[in-house]
Parts: sequence; C-alpha cells; structure tokens
Amino acid sequence: MVVAAVRRLVFKPARYAVPAKYGKSHTPDAVFLLGLIAILMVADSMFSASNATRHLQQNQPVETLAVFSLPWMLKAAIGAMPLATLWALNVGAYLVHELTFYFLLCYRPFGIQFHVETSLFSVYFAKLERGTLKPVRWGVPDESLDQVKSFGVKTFEDFTWKHMLDFYSCADCGRCADNCPANAVGRPLSPRFITIKARDYAFQHYPVLGKAHNHKPLIGNIYSEDEIWSCTTCGACEEECPLLVEYIDKIVDLRRGMIDDGNVPQSLQKPLKALESRGNPYGKMEKKRGDWAKAIPPGSQPTNAVKLLDGKSGADTLYFVDSITSYDDRMQAIGRATARILECLGKNFGILGATEKDSGHEVRRFGEEMLFMALRDHNTEVIKAAGVQRIVTADPHAYNALKHDYKDVPPVEHIVQVVAREVRDGNVRFNPVEDKDRVYAYHDPCYLGRHNQVYDDPRDVLDSIPGLTRVEMQRSRDRSFCCGGGGLMLFYEPKEDQRMGMLRVRMAAEAGANVIVTACPFCMVNIEDAIKVAGMEGKMSVMDLTELVDRHLVREGTEKTEKLEAATCGG
Amino acid sequence: MEILVCARRVPDTSENEISLNAAGNDIERDELVYSVNEADNYAVEEALQIRDRVGGNVTVATIGGEDDEEILRRELAMGANQAVLISDDAFSGSDGKGVATILKDFVRKGRYDLILTGVQADDGAAQVGGMLAAMLDYPFASLVNSIALEDGKLKVSREIEGGNREINEIDLPCVLSIQTGINEPRYVGMRGIRQVASAPIPTLGASDLGVDQGAVGEAAARVKRVDYFVPALSKGAEMLDGSREENADKVLELVAAKGGLK
Ligand code: SF4
Ligand code: SF4
Repeated sequence: MVVAAVRRLVFKPARYAVPAKYGKSHTPDAVFLLGLIAILMVADSMFSASNATRHLQQNQPVETLAVFSLPWMLKAAIGAMPLATLWALNVGAYLVHELTFYFLLCYRPFGIQFHVETSLFSVYFAKLERGTLKPVRWGVPDESLDQVKSFGVKTFEDFTWKHMLDFYSCADCGRCADNCPANAVGRPLSPRFITIKARDYAFQHYPVLGKAHNHKPLIGNIYSEDEIWSCTTCGACEEECPLLVEYIDKIVDLRRGMIDDGNVPQSLQKPLKALESRGNPYGKMEKKRGDWAKAIPPGSQPTNAVKLLDGKSGADTLYFVDSITSYDDRMQAIGRATARILECLGKNFGILGATEKDSGHEVRRFGEEMLFMALRDHNTEVIKAAGVQRIVTADPHAYNALKHDYKDVPPVEHIVQVVAREVRDGNVRFNPVEDKDRVYAYHDPCYLGRHNQVYDDPRDVLDSIPGLTRVEMQRSRDRSFCCGGGGLMLFYEPKEDQRMGMLRVRMAAEAGANVIVTACPFCMVNIEDAIKVAGMEGKMSVMDLTELVDRHLVREGTEKTEKLEAATCGG
Repeated sequence: MEILVCARRVPDTSENEISLNAAGNDIERDELVYSVNEADNYAVEEALQIRDRVGGNVTVATIGGEDDEEILRRELAMGANQAVLISDDAFSGSDGKGVATILKDFVRKGRYDLILTGVQADDGAAQVGGMLAAMLDYPFASLVNSIALEDGKLKVSREIEGGNREINEIDLPCVLSIQTGINEPRYVGMRGIRQVASAPIPTLGASDLGVDQGAVGEAAARVKRVDYFVPALSKGAEMLDGSREENADKVLELVAAKGGLK
C-alpha cells in the first residue's frame, strides 16, 4: 500500500497522467481508495493488538502476532493501557473496520478499482482468435445483413456487452497507450482513453439516481473522427494489455458506424470508390493487374512467363499478389522476386491476373463491410475456379485476409514461411551475403508478426544466409512498432507530429543497423518514405525479404562464382 | 424548399486511361468506368444540407439513357428525395442549348425554388446552367462556393481569380452553378446503394415534357464537334533534376517569381 501510494504521489509514472482533453485525473480517487484500505489495515491490526494485549493482562491464552507486523508493533505501543481503554479500542477498531469495509464494498463500483471484480469476467470472455474481426452483428449471417437497420457503433448502446464490460475492466494502467504508435507520433488517439472516455460516459449518462439520458452519437461528442481513423489496427495495444481489453474490434465498429452515416474523409472516398469500380484503390485498369509479371527482364528468372490461372493450367499453387504489388512500380519488384523464388523452389504456380481483386483486408478494417464482402466473394469464386491446392502471398495483409476473413479457400502461407520450411528441409541454400559490411535488422510487419505470430521464420531465413550480420531492434517481435499502416491508411491524411516510419527508422539506427528488412510492401512504402523524409538516404536502406532471398538463392551452377542474373534456375 | 439538382454521368477521370478511338472523333469508351460528375456531386450535397436546415425536397435529374440510372441511385442513396431520368431518342446529339431546352421544359413541369448544377461537367463546357437560367428568366450565379439563406433571399459567394471572394444577393427562384470544394460530400457505400435498389425512378420523354422536338437533338445542334485529339507535349515544361533540397529551393523561387508567394 505504501509502495502504491509512493508511486502515485511521488514517482507519478508519466502514463498515469490524464491530458485535459481526455478528462480529469484519477489520482484523487486512487488516493481515496488507498486511504480506505489503509483504514481497514490499521483498524484490523488495532483489533488484533488490543485483543492480544487484553488477554495478556487478564492472563488468558494470547494470540501469536507475527514479529514486526503492524499488530505486533501496536501491541507493544498499547501494552500499558488500562483494561477499559483496551476494551474501547477493541470495540472501536471493530466498528471502524466494519463501517469502512461495507462502505468500500458499496463504493467500489464507482471507483477506479472496480476492474478487479469485472476483469474476472472480461478476461474469461476475452476473444482468443488473433487477426480476426468481429462480425457486424453477432448471430446475423452475411446474407441477412441487408436487414440490419444500422451498422456499427454510433451510440454507446451499440457496443456489445463484452465491450462495455471491457470499459469497466480496464485498470487504467496506460500500457496500451505507451505502446500505441498513433499515440507516439501525436495522432489524436490513445487507446486507453477510448476506454476511459466511454466509462466516464456510462457513469454520467446512467446515474444511480435520476433518469438515464442516452442514445447520443459518440462521434463529435466523446470521440473525434480523426481519433477513430488514426488507428492502424497494428494490435500493439491489445498485445500489451494485461486484462485483454479489445481495441481493434471497437475501432472497426465505430468506423462501420461512420461509413454507414456517410461520414468518411474525402481522402478515403476516392480509393473506396475505385475499389468498388476497379477492384483496386488506385483506379487502375483491371487488365493491367498482371502486367508486372511481363516486366520480368529477359534473361532473369523465371525465363517462362508467370502462368495465368484459368483452371486448366495444371498449377497447384496460387500466388495471390494483391493491389499494391500489382500496380506500384517499386513494389512490383517484390512480385517479381516472389515469382522467381517460387520458380526456383520448383513450385507449379500461377497468378490470377486481371481477375484478381483487392483482398479487401483494409476495406474491412476501415469499416466498409459490404464492399469487403463483394471483393471477398469475387476473389473466392475465382480462386475456386483456379483449382489450386494452396495459396502463397508476399503481402501480410492479403495473408491475414485470406487466412481469417475468407472462408472456403485453400490454405494460405506467406512466402517467408515457404522459404523457411525449404531451408529447414535442406532444399535451398544461400550464397554468402553480398555486402558483408552491412548490418541488417528485421522489422516485424504487424499482420505477419503480432496478428499471426510468424516471428521465427523470417529470422531463420536471414540467419541462414552465410555471413549476414543481424541485430534486433529493441521493439521487435510482439512489441514491434507499426511503420504507419497499410492499404487505405496510405491514403488517409492523419494529423500527426511526425511519421511512424520516422520513429521506426531511428529505432533501426539505434540498434546499429543500416538495412531494414521487412516482409510487407506497405512497410516498404512507409519506411522508404521515412528514410527520405529523415534525410537518411545512403545511411539506411530498406528491402523486402523476398528481394534478399532472391538475390542470394543458390541456383544451379551459380554457387559463388557466376553472376546471379545470368543463372539458370535449379528448381 | 424545393431544390432541383441537374447531374450528369461522366467517365471518371481518376479511374480511366483516356485514349482516342480509332475514328479519332471521340474517346475509346470500352472499359471505361463512370461516376457522377464531381461538381454535380457537390451540388447534391449542398442541396441536401440546405434541405436538412430548412426542410423541403431534393430532386436529382439527369438526361441520358438506362445506364445513367446508376448515378441517380447513388444520389438517392446519398439522401435525395427523388430522382428522375429524362430520356428520349430525340434528345441524343443535343448541343448545350438543346440540353438547356430540355431542362427548361422539365423545370416548368414542376415547382422548384432553387436549381443547382455543377460548375461544369468533366467533359462539358460549363454552358447549360447559364442558358437554363436565361430560358427560364431566372437569376443566375456561377462558380458558387457558399450559400446562405436569409429571409427568402440567398447570399452566395464565389471565388474571384487570385483568391478573393465576392458575396452576391440573389432572389429565389434562381439557378446556381456549384464549385467543387463548397462542402464535403458524404460517402455512399455499397450498402446505401443496395437499400435504394428498388426505389422507383420515373423516366420522362419528350412528349411527357412537351419538348419542341425541332429545338433539340442532333439536327438542332448548332455547335458540332469536328475534332478530338490529345495535344502534343509542348515545350515550356521545365524538369528539375537536382537534389531534393535544390529542387525545393528552385520550386520556391519559381513560384515566387510568378507571384504565387507574397
Ligand atoms: S491497434 Fe495500434 S494504432 Fe490502433 S489503438 Fe491499438 S496500438 Fe494504437
Ligand atoms: S493496457 Fe489494458 S488495462 Fe491498461 S489502460 Fe490499456 S486497456 Fe486499460
């Protein structure tokens, strides 16, 4: 108790502070509760001490009191008091303890410690599946969604009971906010206050006495639009929360509500419209979706053009490319590297080309559920028609969508998992690292790492390249720091002091790295931009793991001596 | 207030690669995606906001064919009260004056206090709004970027070259052409469109409106397109190929030299 009081009043960890815009400080309540507990302890000790002293004076059997305990010390202090005083002390301590105890029981639901009781239930009912989103309405199948009057969360009452329970169960410890990248770069979002503001709202609008006045819109009242769009759904908050409080589902539900009301920033409307009409956020022509594969320069691998899957191709593996890798000039290199790796591993694979549409991963996480469903249904149909047994992708967002948001599609793997397995099975070897002086750090993409727990495969692959020096950033694996978010987040114009990518690039520099290796095209965009903005070109560079693998794979006859570009593939 | 918005469906410039057709007299229209003309969408949003403030109805009308129903549904999903498709074979090939004539007859069929158009269509000539007002003998203000309603009169502002603004008072009924950026149009998702999928959209033809067929259509058009081409890249574009800092300095210098910075 003394430790807790000292921490609250003397050390005051920064995360306990409540910025004025988020409400009032909780320290007075914390101190009040600590005071009540102190009274309980002193009264209880006094009760035991006076009992023991009284029995001693009356030559009755005396209770043993632990040496140096509070009752033991009090006993020493009151040992000489007359019997009547001891009686009074005894009864007084008893009454004080009773009154305080029952007062505390009644007060608890209104104080900051209620989480101790409610968290028993909220932890028990916590969501266990990573990478998934809650449906628009539990128990309502997709086909019946048209009958649902309102989508998402618009008022407090729209939250599920579990999410309301979360609001009460948060211990207000601030770990989520400390780890939130949006909070770190000064976006107007702190996950902890999503909870605290909702909890304060519940207390204000559902008072013990008086009428409940409810059904007020949350956006524009306790939450701002920018606050809700600021989240990259990176999952750092949920990973850190000791009480398993959920944030992504709540934020996506709030976005579903905003989308339903037409309340969407102009910067997001264009890409959403383009996704609807063209199946990609850039509004590029469908027929050009597979063109990246044609651009594989002659003489490099694979020599055969990438197959287009039409159900008759005989290929058993689908490489799902997704929008950014298909259309972005820089990211197309990831597509080509992935194709060359698959070719070299002897996989019989192909792509969907013009019939592939965006996986819809961010469409869904930005709350546009109906558009997501249209994209998902289209892709599911063409994937099934392709007649493949497995799917491979190099985009963690597509990977997460195909794995968790789609149903009835063949099993999906990220290319890193495929390569790691082949390395473990001894099927591939790497040439010694091209540039021995470089120091590599692996950046965990949120949707490969935290949401899907793929931490070791990429590291194993890197470590199997002979001579490669790898360092870890302080924030790595489950504590990885989001680079800025993918998909539609690239179109959103957040209010922020600096870019998330900038912080990430600095973290890599601090770790002593000069190459950041990632396994996601969106990380590549964000980190590449950040390197430029930070003016660190030449000092820091970023590459995709597929590019690194492609450059170092031992292909037949290429070992060490020959130039890779001219190699023939051994697979 | 009864508000009419005249909207059009155009190829979406941000989502198409526009190229000439083989004959060289139009763009290649296969594989194009269309959407509501951007300025018209702002006009609809403005109409909805006025309606939500003072009450009334918003009607959206377009001249075209069956395909154009798509944008009417979108505007219904946005919140318009009704939509009308004005369609007749006799209308095809109309020039700006022909289009204004059709709209004039449509307006006379109803009672509208305020008629909004977009400032111009992406592929248009910004002429219909003004002509429509003249034919109806209504006052007209163009390039409007804000509207306030004060005791039966409108105060509209428009931007003047150089960034200044001018406020005009205008009597109702009137015609206004709306500038993009006047508001932030709301988002229409798939769900919204599905909800209005079965809303009725009446189609009106030349005889319904009493349009003088001699005044519209290709035969009556006195402005005809004779050529369509992509202009050759001319000189005068200056490529900056220094370092980022040098380029930034150079751009600043150029903008300042042209009077863009004060
Ligand atoms: S998911 Fe990431 S960005 Fe969103 S609130 Fe949590 S930590 Fe912040
Ligand atoms: S980490 Fe969990 S318990 Fe702590 S403030 Fe955040 S939500 Fe509350």
